[in-house]
Amino acid sequence: MATTQIAPAAHQRLLPRTGRAGFGDALRSEFTKIKSTRSTYWTLLALVVVCVGVGALACAGTASHPQGISPANFDATQQSLAGLYVGQLVIAALGALTITSEYSTGMIRTSLSVQPRRGVVFAAKGVVFAVVTLITGLIASFGAFFVGQAILSHAHLSATLGQPNVLRAVIGGALFLTACGMLAYGLGAILRHTAAAISAAIGLLFVLTVLVQFLPQSWQNSVDKWMPALAGGQVWATKVTPGSHQFPAWGGFAVLAGYAAVAIIAGLVCFRTRDA
Amino acid sequence: MIEARGLTKRFGDKLAVDQLTFTVEPGRITGFLGPNGAGKTTTMRMILGLDRPTGGSVTVHGKEFAKLAYPMHEIGALLDAKAVHGGRSAYNHLLCLAQANGIPRTRVGEVLELVGLTEVAKKRSKGFSLGMGQRLGIAAALLGDPAILMFDEPVNGLDPEGILWIRNLMKALAAEGRTIFVSSHLMSEMENTADHLLVIGRGRLIADCGVAEFIKRNSVQSARVRTPKPEILASLIVAAGGSTVPGADGALVAQGLPVDQIGDLAFENGIRLHELSPTQASLEEAFMELTADSVEFHAQAPRQRDAVQADSTDRMHPTGVA
Repeated sequence: MATTQIAPAAHQRLLPRTGRAGFGDALRSEFTKIKSTRSTYWTLLALVVVCVGVGALACAGTASHPQGISPANFDATQQSLAGLYVGQLVIAALGALTITSEYSTGMIRTSLSVQPRRGVVFAAKGVVFAVVTLITGLIASFGAFFVGQAILSHAHLSATLGQPNVLRAVIGGALFLTACGMLAYGLGAILRHTAAAISAAIGLLFVLTVLVQFLPQSWQNSVDKWMPALAGGQVWATKVTPGSHQFPAWGGFAVLAGYAAVAIIAGLVCFRTRDA
Repeated sequence: MIEARGLTKRFGDKLAVDQLTFTVEPGRITGFLGPNGAGKTTTMRMILGLDRPTGGSVTVHGKEFAKLAYPMHEIGALLDAKAVHGGRSAYNHLLCLAQANGIPRTRVGEVLELVGLTEVAKKRSKGFSLGMGQRLGIAAALLGDPAILMFDEPVNGLDPEGILWIRNLMKALAAEGRTIFVSSHLMSEMENTADHLLVIGRGRLIADCGVAEFIKRNSVQSARVRTPKPEILASLIVAAGGSTVPGADGALVAQGLPVDQIGDLAFENGIRLHELSPTQASLEEAFMELTADSVEFHAQAPRQRDAVQADSTDRMHPTGVA
């Protein structure tokens, strides 16, 4: 072994190069990373199962007790996407893990010693995670919609993609999941610790949404529309409740995206400046 | 070539690396020595840009590490064999690193072959032994066919076979004209491999010289003498300008006088000698002598050491028992 040449043919092939290791290289590297761990597959599978399964249950409940539901006011799309309430937590966990697992395993030190331009690593990792999440989110969202509508059709309450706002809501569901995941990704870069980052993401997305219900009604109306999950959830509703004080669909999504952007920018600053 | 100029790192009120100025010259093995906590790892982390220096600078081939076009072609490093995602296979681990620097996929197979991990390439690295993990880390360092290789305590915890393998690998790499920068807290390891030494203690540079010069400069000439009349001989040696200390098995250890002069002294005074043997202080002794004042944690304060370096008790420095 000791007498083996370390770089026989490779020497000529590897060395003369122009340019520098850049974003494209980092994207390929990060894509290999995300697809080569089992937790990615399990989490993405869980996302689809939870979105479709919980949506199906919600629709089955409605379909079995359709009495008193007015088809004019009933939001069949939103009902079939009910699993997104749970799915947001699943994808938040994966978003946090995408970056915290580098710290918990120590891999970050290896990653940064092959690509020391940290902004490149952070951006590539985020883009790869966002694209993977968006594609899986579309599968989950459309899957939940079609399964849910099939169940609701037994009670003649189902919606179709051609109806107003429905296509926007189903695609919006996938965007909502992506934004939740990116929020957790930013939090992961700030906190660097898996449990802490997932807890923080769940706190922001889920616990805040619950807590705000306990506020007096008059305060609630001005506060809850700013809650990230409630605001972002408007994008996958197709019917506006009369007298609603919530933001419109894209306005609400912009609020959620704003939270995610703040977390990502703060995460990037931490990632670039702190010792790894 | 690695050049550090006034390199300093402070953690809170603790000065980990203090004004280090040195050059790691190309084409030879430079040993980086110091007791645990001396600042070796922190220095290496600053070379790779993992830690930001509090003061001073360090460059690789004249450039800041983060400004190198293809870092893996310039410097391959193994700081910590455990710095991998254990859920990823050896092959995928190396592949994701190679891709980050645009290195072709075929090179991954080459380095796996080189370190002898081809058969377990598809296995997740969390099941690897320490020796296999070390080989995987070395494979990663070799991916870019770099001119400089940097290893932090590469033989730590390895079995004799693994130690021999790494030692031979470093020599082979150096023979190819590469620069090797390797840290250790074991002087004996460096005695066998290094051409040049950088010795640090408490973050400061203590020595920067060749191995032979280091031994010559720091070792005290001494001789082991066994005689039925040690007291008389001891007083004669002291009178001649030397000094003595009692040895382990009743022998006398004489210092400061050449062996032939001790023999003459005994002959002239009619003292029978049963043994007279020169002892060359090993590098280990020279190193312990030199760093005696700069060992971060002595064994007298085990609690303090455990609290600060609970994860590195397995590499307690030999002078720690002083």
